[in-house]
Amino acid sequence: MRITYNREACQGHNRCYLLAPELFDVDDEGYAVLLISDEVPEELLAKAQLAVDNCPEYAISMTQSMPESGSPT
Amino acid sequence: MSASERCEVTNWQTDFDHTAPEYAADAPAIWEGLRETCPVAHSDRFGGTWLPTRHEEISAIAHDTEHFSSRGVIVSVFEPDIPAPVGYAPPITSDPPFHEVARRLLLPAFSPKAIRPIEAPTRAFCSQLIDQILAQQDSTGVVDAAELYAQHIPVRVIAHMLGVPAEDGDRFRGFIHRILERAGQNEEPVPPEETMVFYILEQIALRRGAPSDDLIGFLLDAEIDGVPLTDEHVLGTIALILLAGIDTTWSAIGASIWHLAQNPDQTARLIAEPELMPFAVEEMLRAFAPVTMARKVAKDVDLGGSRLHEGDWVLLPFPAANRDPEFFESPNEVILDRQKNRHAAFGLGIHRCLGSNLARMELTVALQEWLARVPEFELADPEAVLWSTGQVRGPRKLPIRILASNAASTGKETL
Ligand code: HEM
Repeated sequence: MRITYNREACQGHNRCYLLAPELFDVDDEGYAVLLISDEVPEELLAKAQLAVDNCPEYAISMTQSMPESGSPT
Repeated sequence: MSASERCEVTNWQTDFDHTAPEYAADAPAIWEGLRETCPVAHSDRFGGTWLPTRHEEISAIAHDTEHFSSRGVIVSVFEPDIPAPVGYAPPITSDPPFHEVARRLLLPAFSPKAIRPIEAPTRAFCSQLIDQILAQQDSTGVVDAAELYAQHIPVRVIAHMLGVPAEDGDRFRGFIHRILERAGQNEEPVPPEETMVFYILEQIALRRGAPSDDLIGFLLDAEIDGVPLTDEHVLGTIALILLAGIDTTWSAIGASIWHLAQNPDQTARLIAEPELMPFAVEEMLRAFAPVTMARKVAKDVDLGGSRLHEGDWVLLPFPAANRDPEFFESPNEVILDRQKNRHAAFGLGIHRCLGSNLARMELTVALQEWLARVPEFELADPEAVLWSTGQVRGPRKLPIRILASNAASTGKETL
């Protein structure tokens, strides 16, 4: 899985930074900065999902990196 | 339903009054009734006001700055007198494109990293307040957690950020009472030197001669396109921070204590599992969101089957969005570890609460310190709890009976 972050939609609620500081930082204005562009490591998948599920602006999503790898679970 | 008619419903649905004590006492039940029968209700009060109660419409309005202007954010019979895009208290009363300019100036001062240094002194201050409460407690063990605890925390924090003497906090509460809680109903004229405007202008004048590294000094140094901010802009923004940061946070702290007082098993769980606190704080903000905003319709527009006309007021009850069963599972239940919580307590769209990181820190610290010192408590008299009326909702009287308490304060440096 990979994380997609939409800077245009982000309003700086900082929920992702609080829930998953391994995956998100914040800039000086309080907008999120995505820290990884590769596959989300297995042990951080749950935190990534929390970041997705708590963003009030739907600015974060997760996508299957290899579509042929079967149905999403 | 055709776009030109209102939903045909009776009483609360056609004549609601969001400033009524019944609304303050029982808003969630009223929203629930409206959501099912009339999701965009209308009232002729205040010159024509709409009340959407579903997340869908509330979110749509907050994201649509073309049809909905922020030049009026507190519904009243008075017309806002400074037009958009600047408004009387930038950025909350500003529309694009000026909004972004006014907001970006302030963002760095309120980022999570800028807030962090205030956390330890806020914690020490909360602890000191509890010392005083426990020391003053009489044999009944009943204390007012709204008056003696919740209200003091944001007042002291804002005084600290603005760089004004801590004692001035008492005056802030007076300003808020007159301007927000009793808007338009003040019997006696206020002497000019007791007004908020006089106070802020005095603080500005003090800093004109001697630069300071507080928020007021920061605004006096700030420029837009190389031009210093006008005095009206600095005054409006300081007034906004003063008014927006106090009764809101006070309400969130009070409502959380009110809830925990009635749910001792949840209190015990939060004490036993402190790692739940970040989730619990967001859940309290969702369930007891204090702030309802408003907009002025800027251009005629259809919403939820009704036609809204230019100049109409529209309430933005973020607390109602937070209780929408279409958007949240079991919305009326407080689930301390709710995993999926896209709550809108701090608004949606471009006006996202600028002070949200500060408010979240204050609420977290206030609850942690309370639970550490007062692990067992209950409502002394549920009937005596008094909720504020108007667009900021929270307990203003909250008699709590302390059933168990811990002594020992850390004695760290306070605000
Ligand atoms: C629990 C406490 C708080 C709640 C629930 C809350 C809620 C809100 C909401 C819903 C908005 C959106 C307004 C809109 O859409 O028109 C807002 C805006 C704002 N809040 Fe807060 N607030 C809180 C605490 C604070 C604090 C502590 C401060 C500052 C010290 C603050 C400063 C502001 C400012 C300046 C804006 C305007 C932002 C803009 O228009 O761009 N708030 N707040």
